[in-house]
Amino acid sequence: MYMEFLVALFQDPNARWVITGCLLLGLSSGVLGCFALFRKYSLMGDAVAHAALPGICIAFMLYGSKSIGIFMLGATIAGLIGALCIGQISAYSKIKPDTSMAIILTGFFGVGIVLLTKISQSGKSSQSGLDAFLFGKAASLVGSDVEVISVVAFLLLAITLALFKELKLLCFDPQFGRGIGLPMGALNTLLMLMIVLAVVIGLQAVGVVLMAAMLIIPAVAARYWTEQLNGMVILSGVFGGLSGVLGTVLSAITPNLPTGPVIVLAATFIFLLSLFFAPERGLLAKAIRHLKLRQKIISENLLQSLYDLSEKDFLQDQSWKQGYTLDQLHQLRPDHKSTMLRYLQRLEAAGWVSSKGANWALTERGLQEAYSVTLNQRLYEMLLIYQARYGTLNLQEESRKVQDFVPETTLNELQGLLLDHQRKPQLTPFLEIRFDHPYQDHYNEAPTKGGDL
Amino acid sequence: MSHSAWIILIGSLVASSCGLVGCFLILRRMAMLGDAISHAILPGIVLAFLISHSTDGIVMLIGATIVGLLTAFFIQTLHASGVQSDAAIGVTFTALFSLGVVLVSLYTSRVHLDLQHVLYGEIAYAPWELVSFLGLELPKAVWMMGGVFALTLTVVGLLYKEIKLTSFDPQLATALGIPVVWIHYTLMGLVSMNTVAAFESVGAILVVAMLVIPGATAYLLTERLSFMLLLSLLFGVSSAAGGYLLAVLWDVSISGSMTTFALLQFVLSFLFAPRQGLLSKWVSYKMMQKVILQKDK
Repeated sequence: MYMEFLVALFQDPNARWVITGCLLLGLSSGVLGCFALFRKYSLMGDAVAHAALPGICIAFMLYGSKSIGIFMLGATIAGLIGALCIGQISAYSKIKPDTSMAIILTGFFGVGIVLLTKISQSGKSSQSGLDAFLFGKAASLVGSDVEVISVVAFLLLAITLALFKELKLLCFDPQFGRGIGLPMGALNTLLMLMIVLAVVIGLQAVGVVLMAAMLIIPAVAARYWTEQLNGMVILSGVFGGLSGVLGTVLSAITPNLPTGPVIVLAATFIFLLSLFFAPERGLLAKAIRHLKLRQKIISENLLQSLYDLSEKDFLQDQSWKQGYTLDQLHQLRPDHKSTMLRYLQRLEAAGWVSSKGANWALTERGLQEAYSVTLNQRLYEMLLIYQARYGTLNLQEESRKVQDFVPETTLNELQGLLLDHQRKPQLTPFLEIRFDHPYQDHYNEAPTKGGDL
Repeated sequence: MSHSAWIILIGSLVASSCGLVGCFLILRRMAMLGDAISHAILPGIVLAFLISHSTDGIVMLIGATIVGLLTAFFIQTLHASGVQSDAAIGVTFTALFSLGVVLVSLYTSRVHLDLQHVLYGEIAYAPWELVSFLGLELPKAVWMMGGVFALTLTVVGLLYKEIKLTSFDPQLATALGIPVVWIHYTLMGLVSMNTVAAFESVGAILVVAMLVIPGATAYLLTERLSFMLLLSLLFGVSSAAGGYLLAVLWDVSISGSMTTFALLQFVLSFLFAPRQGLLSKWVSYKMMQKVILQKDK
């Protein structure tokens, strides 16, 4: 049934106008929103949309009748003045940008309300035209409105495409841009003008507050999926356009549902999907990464505890093969005992640990693992102790083995330091290459022996 | 008391109460939060109405305060999960506002709860809605705003040191063991309560204006928090009174002209403040130029 309705909807010329209008609107505001996001202008859309009110009123007072072109001109001028004031207030006083944004938003809007009441008293207008402009009536978009929206939207997209490099520079490194002689101030004003224009064409369809949403939400959603500005701009445009169409269709097939808010809710839905399910930055991916890291740390801690205990006994007798109780392991590296037991069982299933009564002992295979984990850990210890010497190495990447990212000469030095500090793992598995022979020579050549710190 | 006196009193209560909280919003760089919360509580108001089937002030106050706190929580959570703070504010409040508008148009089309009423309440009608409490018959808005102002004053008075420290140096506050997060949510709770209590009677735009503009005007005139708070009260009250006079003079919207008057005060302070003003900065710049030129000779 819905399908038939949809087909009918797309055949209805009026509905087609509305859908086209909202699609273009979402597309252009999505694209511009990316730049706004990086310039920290996200809330600028909201401020500009409110600041446009006095402009509309003055345009109406001067011109004397309702005309979409005149309204848009007034709104654009007032919006641009508001946007520039926001910049100037924070540039010339200690007031922070967010406060100046709030001042301009409310102040201009207050002036607008005063003018609005003045207009309604003079009896020249039915206020409804202005109301529609402020709160948005997407369902009543007609052909000529959509023409205006399309022209402006295409203009905005064309400017963005033509100045993409420059805008990118404005977002990420304006100082450098100034350095190579680009007019960054003018470019910033242009970006503001473009945002104002996007807001002004959006006012009529989705209204003041919701226009702010169209500038923010698609861009923030797109940010989750990519680290590239190009990809993000495209994705954000697609998200914006998609929510425009989705919102329009949904509100058309449900009675009593206003278009503007539904468009925003559609965009919010896309945002929530991104927030949870984006591959790298999404909450789910983050949670999985966290869980995996925790699993790895618990298993490695257990292996290392077993190794430490075994090593101590190995130096006296062979009793390490008898294994150790959970309590002993717990004493060395405490965690929840139930968790430790669960992971011990897991290690047993993998064949790295065998249980002997209440005792847990490393198997030959487990010893290999434990040896490599312990060696890695102790090499790290050395790196940290001699941080002053090795500070240039990137210690952040703890997920990787020390051997993988440390140059060979440094590795040899570290092996030497292990010997000095008597931290060289003593209990070597049969299958592991023992490191004493090849590294011994290097150790003797190493520039410093430990202990000079 | 005359009608005008009531209106000025209500306006002053709104301005004082909002101004007090607003100073801290400005200092914490969260000025847009007032705007965000004032829009975001719409679904709270609608839900409170749908559950209780009354437009009773207290029920709305509770519903909206809860949603206001939720808004603050969402913003904080999004910010903590890596979204830029202004974008986090933008996403949260527009989404909640849209939800509110949809709820209004779906469920309350036949009752008296239209957007115009919720968002742009008019202070001119506030004195006529009388409520009797403790044997006193006063306008409802006076009860509501008086109560919220008293609460705001008490909380800010009791937690003054803590709020001050967390606003200026959150790291130190954390290190000293002050519950920074709780202070944050206490403030957010105050903001939402002020917003809700005020905007039913005076309209959202006046609330947001009074949260920010008097505080910002005061911020330019002093370097001390205590003076800033006092001055913001003063500017709030004066814009309520001055705005009312302007409104009578021009016969226009009262909350609109109160906002306009507040903006006027800000512009004056921006231009002529003794140390921070544009004029004095220009003068000291010129004098510096003169001194340097003389030295160069």
